[in-house]
Amino acid sequence: MDLKDLYRDVIVDHNRNPRNFGALHPADAQADGHNPLCGDRLTVYVKLDGDRIADAKFDGAGCAISVASASLLTEAIKGKSRTAVKELFNQVHALLTQQDAQADTARLGKLAALSGVREFPARVKCASLCWHTLNAALDNAPAAPVSTE
Amino acid sequence: MNAQSTAPTRTATRAATASVGDFDVTAVRRDFPILAQQIHGKPLAYLDNAASSQRPQSVIDAISHYYEHDHANVHRGVHTLSQRATDAYEGARDVVRRFIHAKDTKEIIFVRGTTEAINLVAQSFARPQLQPGDEILISGLEHHANIVPWQLVCEQTGAVLKVIPISNAGEVDFAAFETLIGPRTKLLALAHVSNALGTVVPIEKFIAVARRLSVPVLIDGAQAVPHAKVDVQALDCDFYCFSSHKMLGPTGMGVLYGKQSLLERMPPWQGGGDMILTVSFTKTTYNQLPWKFEAGTPHISGAIGLAAAIRYLERIGMERIARIEHELLEYATHQLSALPGLRIIGTAPHKAAVVSFVLDGIHPHDIGTILDTEGVAIRTGHHCAMPVMEFYRIPATARASMSFYNTFEEIDRLVAALEHTRQVLG
Repeated sequence: MDLKDLYRDVIVDHNRNPRNFGALHPADAQADGHNPLCGDRLTVYVKLDGDRIADAKFDGAGCAISVASASLLTEAIKGKSRTAVKELFNQVHALLTQQDAQADTARLGKLAALSGVREFPARVKCASLCWHTLNAALDNAPAAPVSTE
Repeated sequence: MNAQSTAPTRTATRAATASVGDFDVTAVRRDFPILAQQIHGKPLAYLDNAASSQRPQSVIDAISHYYEHDHANVHRGVHTLSQRATDAYEGARDVVRRFIHAKDTKEIIFVRGTTEAINLVAQSFARPQLQPGDEILISGLEHHANIVPWQLVCEQTGAVLKVIPISNAGEVDFAAFETLIGPRTKLLALAHVSNALGTVVPIEKFIAVARRLSVPVLIDGAQAVPHAKVDVQALDCDFYCFSSHKMLGPTGMGVLYGKQSLLERMPPWQGGGDMILTVSFTKTTYNQLPWKFEAGTPHISGAIGLAAAIRYLERIGMERIARIEHELLEYATHQLSALPGLRIIGTAPHKAAVVSFVLDGIHPHDIGTILDTEGVAIRTGHHCAMPVMEFYRIPATARASMSFYNTFEEIDRLVAALEHTRQVLG
């Protein structure tokens, strides 16, 4: 197991300089995610234009994997329809959890950098927290924060 | 990167067995088979002892021997194996009694761990006597196991949980304690040693005040018993709780020490076999102490393993263990403090061998993963002490916790691995 598979340059870069970092007010949808065991806490904000994601931002604090994953997420979903975002969620989920999943870089783009996470089972929840939080936001978030622990 | 060869060349780096006299750490490490393994191609440096210690061969052998030769149910059969199992189980109770210097084996209740011991006292001792407005006093550095059972009993009775604040160094504020304890206080429940910060709480001072006001005292000794001599009579606390798995013994095993006069008055907290003398559908007579609190077939091999663990600790000597671990603590504190951007959380002058820390700009979870690839095992997270994390306004810490079988070289490897962490996350 190679550490460089987990902390790829893209991940390190997005952790150091997270994109779309900050609150979005007013947001059309938002939700909180919290993994108390490791201390990751983030909020995902979405602005909608009809069925499309017009803008997405996030804020909070967490480990390199959770911050980079959220940063990559906000970049990846902008301009996409809700259906396309759900498809992307499924692909990322497969990438993170299925040993034989092929990283379809053509469709995943930079998100393919997350493929090393599955070699580190304890860290899958870090990478997936923002995605589950986004799902909750788009499905009219429950009051309680989302958790992947 | 080879952590050992790039260990920092600080002048203070020292040989593994320096200044611990006749203590041969290499020989001691041979007693712990689990330590002699590679993790991701690097020798294991196990620095997560506050979460759970490892077991010497003598403990593993005692458990195997019991299952290979002596197992049957206890306190029942007239046959030989049942007698052997009972002798071994009750013999273990006396080993524990002697180890913590309790008066009588009636005062040694075997439970699943510290958590269960505290819950037992909350439900069987506190709950029947608590009235709305009564107060239970704990401190700000408690493990969740010494918070939640009291919250539950407060919900059940209308009693109120009061918290003694801690200082920035991680010490329990004695002056605040003296103002908080009063006529409404029905119980004081304190950690002996903080698992998250390493603070050794001067419980003698707190107990003395509580005694004067006739407030019963429970001590959570999970982090204290493995690392220094504990004498429950000298402490004069009413209850003392600890876990076997943090002191070289099996998991799922622990001890509640309670003063006999209090235990006698407490109702059983679980019903079943072994805790009764006679049962009919109209009336059941409960068994004597300590069995009154041990419903069902107990963790027989757990007690036997715990006794073997105590014998091992006594062979090395608790005073020597305390001295060795203190040297490891001083060395780790010194070497870690020299790392740029590293802040130690918990800087009380009197600490057990626990160093909690945060690194600027690097989340503890990433530290834990990267250290693991270097063979260095530490704990990261909130350490079941979320109020402590909240006090320091941090989500988590990385925590290295040493046992007497650790070496200075392993601490050097921890430091080197932290330097590596910084390189990886740049």
